[in-house]
Order: sequence, then C-alpha cells, then structure tokens
Amino acid sequence: MKTVRIIPKLEVKNENLIKGVHLDGLRIVGKPEEAALKYAETGADELVYIDLVASLYQRDNWIKIVKRTAEKIYIPLTVGGGIRSVDDAKLFLRAGADKVAINTGIVKRPKLVTEIAQKFGAQCMVASLEVQKKSDGSYEVYTDSGRTPTGIDPIQWAKRVEKLGAGEILLTFIHQDGTYQGYDVSLLKKIAPTVGVPVIASGGAGKLAHLTDAVKSGKADAVAVASMLHFKKTTIGKIKSYLKKSGVLVRK
Amino acid sequence: MKIAVIDYGAGNLFSVRRALEAVGAKFEITESAAKLTQAEKLILPGVGAFADGMRGLKKRRLVKPIRNEVKKGKPILGICLGLQLLMEEGFEFGKHEGLGLIEGKTDKIITSEKLPQIGWNQIKKQHDSLLLKGVADKEFFYFVHSFVIRPKKKPVVAATTNYGGDEFCSVVNFKNIYGTQFHPEKSGTEGLKIYQNFKNIKL
Repeated sequence: MKTVRIIPKLEVKNENLIKGVHLDGLRIVGKPEEAALKYAETGADELVYIDLVASLYQRDNWIKIVKRTAEKIYIPLTVGGGIRSVDDAKLFLRAGADKVAINTGIVKRPKLVTEIAQKFGAQCMVASLEVQKKSDGSYEVYTDSGRTPTGIDPIQWAKRVEKLGAGEILLTFIHQDGTYQGYDVSLLKKIAPTVGVPVIASGGAGKLAHLTDAVKSGKADAVAVASMLHFKKTTIGKIKSYLKKSGVLVRK
Repeated sequence: MKIAVIDYGAGNLFSVRRALEAVGAKFEITESAAKLTQAEKLILPGVGAFADGMRGLKKRRLVKPIRNEVKKGKPILGICLGLQLLMEEGFEFGKHEGLGLIEGKTDKIITSEKLPQIGWNQIKKQHDSLLLKGVADKEFFYFVHSFVIRPKKKPVVAATTNYGGDEFCSVVNFKNIYGTQFHPEKSGTEGLKIYQNFKNIKL
C-alpha cells in the first residue's frame, strides 16, 4: 500500500534551527541536529534540511551540520540551500544526505536537474518550487529564499522539471509559510495529480486538518511540517494518529 | 575482515557504513576482488540503473569473483539495485545481463500509483528467514525504486510488498542468498535489525 510521508522541514541559519513567516522574519528555535534526532526517533518518515543563508563562506559549517545529523539518524535526509552544480550536490551526498533539493540553481540552469539525475539517480534530485501568490490571484516561482521573482508559472515548471528528470517535487507556498493558515490546496491540486512524480506539500500547516486537506483534496504524496512541530503545537505521533483516523494511510 | 561491502560506484555508501557500525559489524568497503575472496560475507548495495550497476562491476572485474564466491556458499546481501543485479537479466533501459545468481529478471513495477515508489511500505512474510528474525509481519520499510525483481521460483521469496496492485518480492532468502528491495539503512531501528541479522548468520 502507499503511505503518506510526514516530513519535518528544518530551516537552518548560522548553525541554528530557525523558523520564519513567508520564508522571512526568522526566529531561533534551537539546534537543528537535536531537533532532527528527536523527530527521527518519534516517527518522522524523512527529514528536509534547508540552509537559508547558503553562502559559500558558511558552507563548511553547513556541511558539518549535515554530517553530524546524518551520522545519528537512520531515515532519509534531503538537503537544500545553495546547490548550484553536480559537484555541490556531491559534497552533500558525501556528507550523508540522501537527496538534494534545489530551487535557485535549477531555475538558473534547468539542465542541472538532468545532470544530477543522470549522475546520482532521479531519486536524488528533488526539484524545489517556491511559489508566491500574487495580488491578482496568479502564481509565480521565486528564487533566493523568496526574494527574487522569476516570471515562471509553477504549473508549467513542475511539468518541465519532471521531464528534465526530477524524482520528486517539493512545493512550498511562500504566502502560507509560517502563517498556520494551511497549505494552498487549490494550487496543490493543480500540480500534484498532474505530474507523475511524488509531490511534497510545504508551507502553512497550522492544524491537523490542514494535513488531511493537502492529502485528500490536494493529492499530496507527502506533507512537510515545520512551525507546528518546532513550536510544539503537536507531535509526529499525534499527526499520525489523526491522519489514520481520517482514513489516510501512514506508516505507524 | 568479516563483511566486504562492494563499492562499484553505484550510490552512496555513507548510510550503509553507518548502519553496519551501529550493529557493531566488522566490515570493509572495497572494490578489490581479493578482498571479496577473503571476506566471510558480502554486501552488494546500490542505487541507480541496472546497466550502470553491471558496468561498474565489470569495470572493476568483480562479476566473476562475486559469482564464484556466492556459488561456493558465501552469504551475500543485495540491497535495492544490489538485489536486482543478482537476477539473470534486467530490463531497465533495454535488456542487460545480470549476475545470474537468482533465476528470473528485474522489471518495471506495474502499478496504479506514482513511480518511483518513494516512501514507507509494509512487507508480508512468505516464509521464515533468518534475515527477518525479530521483524514483525507487516512491518514498514523505506523504498525508493521503479523496478522490482521477478524470481521464477516461489521459495526464493521471503516477503512481498504491495504497491498500487503490484505484489512484488521485497525480501529474498534462498540458501546463502539474501536481499531486500527496500533500504534497511534508511528504515530506522527495524532496518538495523536486518543488518544485525545478516551479521549474525552463522557460516
């Protein structure tokens, strides 16, 4: 049977686990590796690690954090932030990441999707789409942690990255991120059922019902959760028993 | 050295190494045929495509040594692509010859769900296997794959898994040959039991 994955998303800045609103306005939550270990031990199905600074200057530190984390957990770890080339991806895979999530790097050079998929396998290549809803109700892909508009339509872009060889899509709703107002299900359902690869919904989960909405109406294959877990509004155990009761199949 | 983990350029050995360390196994990651001959057991890990995997083994002249050691009775554990390579042939991007240690082929999953299958799924035990000692029936493990093995003979199949209607072989145990389609090194504490069990298999 197919189960829906619950994926804590940990955003990191200068060795701290942080959480903001709309990918901005950041608040320190704690140490990423401690939170990662706790989530892994309490039933997380995978983890996503995003470096929000992603500067070359900080890179060695970031790799150390990834390595320290990967050494302690026995579930899949996806790492994102600042990956621009096959060699960059290799650095993180060597440090123990199982997959890389890339947004800015593949918008700048879409061929990078194919290069990474061919070199390490499609399962390694997670295309990260960070989407902002505009005032006229349309959607646009943003890069550089929500700072730079690209003019790209996320629905078209999702199909394109699949064709280029991405094994998964991490779909983040910047306008919902950190707001506890729920995922953007109307955009999600225009993307998740129309691509052949799994889609992870990310940004906005504030109550348990948001997760079932994303899966049942939005057809998400996995859900990323951040604020709700980081600020202890719920636990992974509670999320899973709620989903089970709602008829969504999850790993125990 | 007890276990030789075969490094043939297919995928990330970081997590396999970590899992073996966690269960206190003595092992060495190697691409040398001599080391395979000296080892008591073999692990063939791997992620990626069938043809690339076979190419990696051929390039390092490991095909014959693996076949010989396993035929002599040395235990081998194939993981994911490593399991698929144990078959006679594979059909990923064309037809390719495999190691031929298990009769049958590797072929695409026939499913109503998305591919690759990425995530946790249950195994249904088909017969008792030392590899699954202490693992409950219907336990969850982590899968990442679009292809599965189709063994010709039923007794080879230690457990099956259903993904969108395709009930495929997810665990193999046949004489000295063991294998899992899932990644035990990515399957939490239950996955570590697989490594523990393989380590504990008596020669």
